[in-house]
Amino acid sequence: MLKKWKLIIALFAVLGMLAAFGTGCGDDDDSGSSASEAPAEEAPAEEEAPAEEEAPAEALAGEGVTAGLVFDIGGRGDQSFNDSAAAGIERAKAELGIEFSESSPNDDGSNRAELLQLQADNNPIVIAVGFLFAGDAATVAANNPDTNFAVIDDAMMDFEAGGPIAENAAGLTFAEHEGSFLVGAAAALKTQTGTVGFIGGVCCFGLIEKFEAGFTAGAKAVNPDIIIISQYITEFPDFDGFNAPDRAKEIAAAMYADGADIVYHAAGGSGAGLFEAAKEVSENTGSKVWGIGVDSDQYNTVDDAVKEYVLTSMLKRVDNAVFLAIESHINGTFQAGQTAFGLSDDGVGYSTSGGYVDDIVDELEAFKADIVAGNITVPDSME
Amino acid sequence: MKNGSIRRIALALAAPFAAVVFATIASSIFLLIAGSNPFTAYGDMFEYGSRLEIQVDILNRATPLYISGVAAAIGFRMNLFNIGVEGQYRLAAIVAAYVGASVSLPGVLHVGLILVVAMLVGGAYSGVAGVLKVTRGVNEVISTIMLNAIAISGLIAWLVREWQAGGSVDATTSNLGVGTEPIDESGLIPNINSWLEVFTREIGKGKELTGVILVAIVVGILYHILINRTRFGFDLRATGINPFAARAGGVSDKKMVLGAMVLSGVVAGLVGMAEIAKLGRFNPNFVGGLGFAGIAVALLGRNHPGGIAIGALLFAFLDTASGVLQVTGSASREIVFIMQGIILLAAVIAYEVVQRFRIREEARLASALLEGDAQ
Repeated sequence: MLKKWKLIIALFAVLGMLAAFGTGCGDDDDSGSSASEAPAEEAPAEEEAPAEEEAPAEALAGEGVTAGLVFDIGGRGDQSFNDSAAAGIERAKAELGIEFSESSPNDDGSNRAELLQLQADNNPIVIAVGFLFAGDAATVAANNPDTNFAVIDDAMMDFEAGGPIAENAAGLTFAEHEGSFLVGAAAALKTQTGTVGFIGGVCCFGLIEKFEAGFTAGAKAVNPDIIIISQYITEFPDFDGFNAPDRAKEIAAAMYADGADIVYHAAGGSGAGLFEAAKEVSENTGSKVWGIGVDSDQYNTVDDAVKEYVLTSMLKRVDNAVFLAIESHINGTFQAGQTAFGLSDDGVGYSTSGGYVDDIVDELEAFKADIVAGNITVPDSME
Repeated sequence: MKNGSIRRIALALAAPFAAVVFATIASSIFLLIAGSNPFTAYGDMFEYGSRLEIQVDILNRATPLYISGVAAAIGFRMNLFNIGVEGQYRLAAIVAAYVGASVSLPGVLHVGLILVVAMLVGGAYSGVAGVLKVTRGVNEVISTIMLNAIAISGLIAWLVREWQAGGSVDATTSNLGVGTEPIDESGLIPNINSWLEVFTREIGKGKELTGVILVAIVVGILYHILINRTRFGFDLRATGINPFAARAGGVSDKKMVLGAMVLSGVVAGLVGMAEIAKLGRFNPNFVGGLGFAGIAVALLGRNHPGGIAIGALLFAFLDTASGVLQVTGSASREIVFIMQGIILLAAVIAYEVVQRFRIREEARLASALLEGDAQ
């Protein structure tokens, strides 16, 4: 009898270890989240109200204000989209003196609305990272009229009625096609083979096509005969494509094999696979191939080993948008509805880290000036 | 005799109780290793779960989990492993949403039509796996995995573009426009907040208790009657326990395989209905993964209608609690997945242990009774 119990206890121990191991592997993308997590102070929202008005000059403007951040697919540590949002709120903490708490939904996204509500219970401003929050944010905003909400990548506009969906919900959108145009031009200027590639995370819900359309237009503006290989990882409603580095790596390797020497990705956390493929192909064939990053300046966010394969990155300044939203909340100038960020206000752009595009900066700046001046209109869809 | 039935109930409760106690202890160890205080973490979870609004969230989450659990359990009862609930419910949901949006009918008929379409699609799609098994001997595990891939990455990805509201996605406007045409109000199962408010105070924060919970309850009752009170249910269990004996007893195992598979799919078709009622259409926010979660819930509930309900509520509670742990900073959300895994494993093992104990106990009781008779 005793022996049997010992056996069972041993079995439990082993299973427990397996479970721990399994989860340990699974949360690679979340690494670091707990370390940098700032627990929400339990100050209720009402007490924050005075801070929204003029703060004393010597103290930081946002002292005593708390903000809630909710990540989406990929979460913190994707080296791209979500990390850019995280950088924005960290900056608000450093420069404005706010405190924040962050959270990520369950893997199936079933508790987005619950997280928004939970953050709204504790914070006077809630930032939702990603368009998938749009519907839930509209509902939760209506039920929490005293809390401000900012949603990244959705206009939060009722276009039929012609106004914001809710008076306390801001939509922060980006002209990704304009930024992508510039990196498309950079790719076309730098390619040796006359072939470039585009990897999209998830097809067919409208957003990623903006990147592809801009990239294609930019490349063709430099060289009308350029060959552009384009592939998406998954199709909506399967959003795994934003968090599938292994599949991005396969696709990138195939593109390099087909003659592309520069591949741009708009695939969030999957992008890590692109740069790994660039490194492997470069080392195996001896001729250097490149990847182009997205959202963050990926030269600074990817692993050191693959740094030198990041030609440039299409910057989508989610960090700026997050910072400005919090700042406007503190100043009392929070604006509901769409705020669009584009080339003219540096909401999008390209990065020069690593110095690999230094020789073509003049051409890129000329394109940028033309777009800002309206001489070039960048298409925002593939049709 | 009364003593004996108390004993039986105590034994039946022993396994889940032991599993939960063990899971709590094991999770505490993980929390300690991760540098969190288990008491704070559990305290936060229970405080959160004790709020009325959050209980509504838990019930809303448990509803599809329960239906999914029953769908899986119907297969399990006759040793069929229907992994295809995932594909079946998603396909059923998009077709039902499309059909629901293309007609306008008075309330009850409209809702009824959507539910019937969902059940038909779910049943038809699982029926493919059933037919393959009966006619060609294809293992249902393999075929349903394949059918999941075909449904999710193939059929639905294609249909969602075919049926996009307004013809095409306009990237320049809001992403809220992505998805099938919205269903008229009459086709959406209303919330039943007022029912719950009879017993409680008013539900705040705009939380809505899904009316689909009633569908789930009906599914549970019908499942109980079907398994325990009908010829089909008897044949199903008999085939599950011993297919050869059942065949010798005149049960057509082919008919049973097909029947169980289709029935499992019919129930699976209902899994997505709470989502459709909430979203009013099929769009990017439609929640996936409920089919796989249902398998875990069915295992936890031992395929018993009441057990599945407890399993669904427990998993729903844990899923919901992952949010508050992050916001209060008392633990990382991953602890919830660890707990779910441990509870599942512990339950499976605890049932086995209790089962053995019960058999030994019954043997002892029987021999004691026999001796008593002999005197």
